[in-house]
Amino acid sequence: MNLLQLHQRPAVFLVVAAILLAVGIYGLIRRRTLIGMLIAGELIFSAASLNFMAVNRFFAPDPAVGQIVVLFIMGLAAAEVAIALSIIIAVYRNYRSIRSNDISELKG
Amino acid sequence: MSALPYADFILLGIFALVVGVTIAGALIAALSTRIIRGVSGLMMCCVGLSGLYYFLNSPFLALMEILIYVGAVCVTIVFGVMLSEPDEPAQQETRRHTLLWGGSALLVCLAIVIGIAHLGVSGPWPEPAARVGDGSVAAIGVALLTTYSLPFELISLVLLVAILGALVIARSGRTKE
Repeated sequence: MNLLQLHQRPAVFLVVAAILLAVGIYGLIRRRTLIGMLIAGELIFSAASLNFMAVNRFFAPDPAVGQIVVLFIMGLAAAEVAIALSIIIAVYRNYRSIRSNDISELKG
Repeated sequence: MSALPYADFILLGIFALVVGVTIAGALIAALSTRIIRGVSGLMMCCVGLSGLYYFLNSPFLALMEILIYVGAVCVTIVFGVMLSEPDEPAQQETRRHTLLWGGSALLVCLAIVIGIAHLGVSGPWPEPAARVGDGSVAAIGVALLTTYSLPFELISLVLLVAILGALVIARSGRTKE
């Protein structure tokens, strides 16, 4: 195994994506505020994008397809962040709190 | 042949730096107690990711990653932090509780890392028989307007609905009663 050609081995990118996914899921479980959970969700999106790009670079016949998919993921992530933040702000206005434990009743 | 002496080592150093920045940023984003530090960690992670995209032969997506994630998403989250609480609330659960739940979450995540990394390293990844296209920006643009025109239009519709929905949700409650 040639250490100098590390950036041309797909396994490195796939392992980094796995680490990002796991860190994101850990944050999603352990974070106690809504914004913290949103940030962890963004990490999971990034893991998916990195996986798509690695497979696209090394194993796909047409290298444009993965880049387009990642562009779509970025667009969806931006839309998700806009919606989630407006919901968080509305929740904060009603409850004076963004802790996930406080928001426990429906139709409040 | 490379022009610079030790060009391979320099390249390896930059690659290690990019991978390190990505993983460190993700850890900061998931573990820090102040939310604004978490957002900064997300920014670090996205800068590292754009470097990884550059190593994956896609400078266009590297640019887009910085433009969209660091420039738009993180700044929007900073606005959200400004309009709500700046801090993670203090720990309320008991020590045993923390150990139990943190330990089980850590266990789940370790299982995910080991499982997926094992799949990625050992799995049979067949090389493509033939490569078509070069993945340049021109090729992406042509594909977006021909093969992928329907998803492209759908994404724009989703963004429009998201903007309108965000305005409607965030505006309710500001009217005078």
